[in-house]
Amino acid sequence: MSEYIEHDIRGVSVGLTEKLFYTFAEPPGQLILESGARLGPITLAYEMVGRLNENRDNAILVTHALTGDSHLAGYYHRDDPRPGWWDTMIGPGKGIDTDRYCAICVNVLGGCMGSTGPSSLNPQTGRPYGLSFPLVTIGDMVKAQKALLDHLGIERLLAVVGGSVGGMQALEWSVRYPGLVRACIPLATTSHHSALAIAFNEIGRQAVMSDPNFNKGDYYDGKRPDLGLALARMIGHVTYLSDESLRQKFGRRLQDRQNFSFNFDADFQVESYLRYQGSKFVQRFDANSYLYITKAADYYDLRQQHGHGSEVEGFASARAKFLVVSFTSDWLYPTYQSRNMVKALKKNGLDVSFVEIEADCGHDAFLLPNQRLSGLIARFLARVAEEG
Amino acid sequence: MRYDLEIIAGWVKPGSRVLDLGCGTGELLYYLKKEKQVRGSGIESSEDQVTACIEKGLQVLQGDINEEIRDYPDACFDYVILSQTLQQVYQPQELLQELLRVGKQVIVSFPNFSHWSIRLQLLFRGYAPKNRQLPYDWYDTPNIRVITLKDFRHFAKKFHCRIDREAAVRSPKGAGPGRLLRFLPNLRATYGIFLISRR
Repeated sequence: MSEYIEHDIRGVSVGLTEKLFYTFAEPPGQLILESGARLGPITLAYEMVGRLNENRDNAILVTHALTGDSHLAGYYHRDDPRPGWWDTMIGPGKGIDTDRYCAICVNVLGGCMGSTGPSSLNPQTGRPYGLSFPLVTIGDMVKAQKALLDHLGIERLLAVVGGSVGGMQALEWSVRYPGLVRACIPLATTSHHSALAIAFNEIGRQAVMSDPNFNKGDYYDGKRPDLGLALARMIGHVTYLSDESLRQKFGRRLQDRQNFSFNFDADFQVESYLRYQGSKFVQRFDANSYLYITKAADYYDLRQQHGHGSEVEGFASARAKFLVVSFTSDWLYPTYQSRNMVKALKKNGLDVSFVEIEADCGHDAFLLPNQRLSGLIARFLARVAEEG
Repeated sequence: MRYDLEIIAGWVKPGSRVLDLGCGTGELLYYLKKEKQVRGSGIESSEDQVTACIEKGLQVLQGDINEEIRDYPDACFDYVILSQTLQQVYQPQELLQELLRVGKQVIVSFPNFSHWSIRLQLLFRGYAPKNRQLPYDWYDTPNIRVITLKDFRHFAKKFHCRIDREAAVRSPKGAGPGRLLRFLPNLRATYGIFLISRR
């Protein structure tokens, strides 16, 4: 996902929100990961907006994408220049209406925005884990989220909603804890990465790991692999856009100049934009987390993990009502991947709705303000809430 | 609601499972859900119409009916409805077999090409006929199949379908309800509705 953090044009907001923390899996009760490794203690950073009702049955878990965080909506403090990443979707009267529902977002396990990840201190050594942090999977992230919900006393979710890698978590929820999820809204996502998606992730990881400052992931005392991470971001960012959106946004326009420089400066606006995106990203994101989360996304294959290779069997345990949404210009997670999921859901006799939304902004379309998407989600959630 | 949809709705038993192919903005499904507590799904190719359906609280998929129908298990619906679409289907026999596989009963409606006004147009004017049910010119019509009530009965027999119910309907001149016809239906009906099942 890219950064589009936008203010709601109507100025409607949930107001002030805060980053909360929950620590669990203290040794000897560590979480056993899919790889077999044990991890603990684990801290999760999370945010709750809207109010849990008395029955605690209006909770919606929002799962964030690759570089997102727990900060869903609203502002951390009065002078905060920017709201949470999905402020346009979450708030009073919005797609996810915080007057009716309580939205919860957890920074993923392995992340770097408050949850335990490779940049956290390893209690055994007193130093950051670095690459000694065990590989975590989408399933592990979901297991950790479940531990938090148990702690919050939420036994059943009205819905799990997520786009991209967040969509994978939503899908995982629907099959790992079928009885706990009444609705599942996977947006611009897939049950397994294509070779294309893995390829781009690998290029990004290679960019990080070949940075001279990478030092096998042990860079926390010195210079950081910023160049590599920025490059990874530039590559990733392009995959989140589309030919059309790049053409509209930049075309071949030059940046602050009339003629070519005849050297390797950023002549074109698109070059300058990507450099800016890269440099901004390294200020907030940890290179090791980038490696771990992209790897988790690449490893994810719902068919293998839950269906012996079959998509239909993979969804056999699911019970939720599904709203699957794809976007026409998303070439990273193209519509055919959503259609394959829909097909499998249908074959399982599940309640599934599907729309391919016409959008020319590529994979990132799910993040951008979109009346259609908001309306669909709002009405779908209302139906699920009504039908009990 | 459109008169033909009203008749179809009247045939559907309360609480049943219904699949509406080419469900448009979900008018029929919405009615069946509210009035007959039906568990309904729809398939529609237009993004705008699918959105309208989901916003009505319906379960609808965007896709091509010929493709989407294949994914459903056998007999998983009590009724599969194909309303005013048969005349636009490229392979009607194949599609109807699929509908009968997926649904215990199938409801099909289509414009009747043997209506007297169409016959007269062809006889006296010599142009490809047009009327309110078939308003298109030959070169831009989505209606690639020419079907009459008799044709459909013949078709049903040939492909081992049982006709459980049928209605011949005359559309009203202006607004207002249509009329069910008993006398000379093949000549007088503007469209027909059939409830069929596998023999």
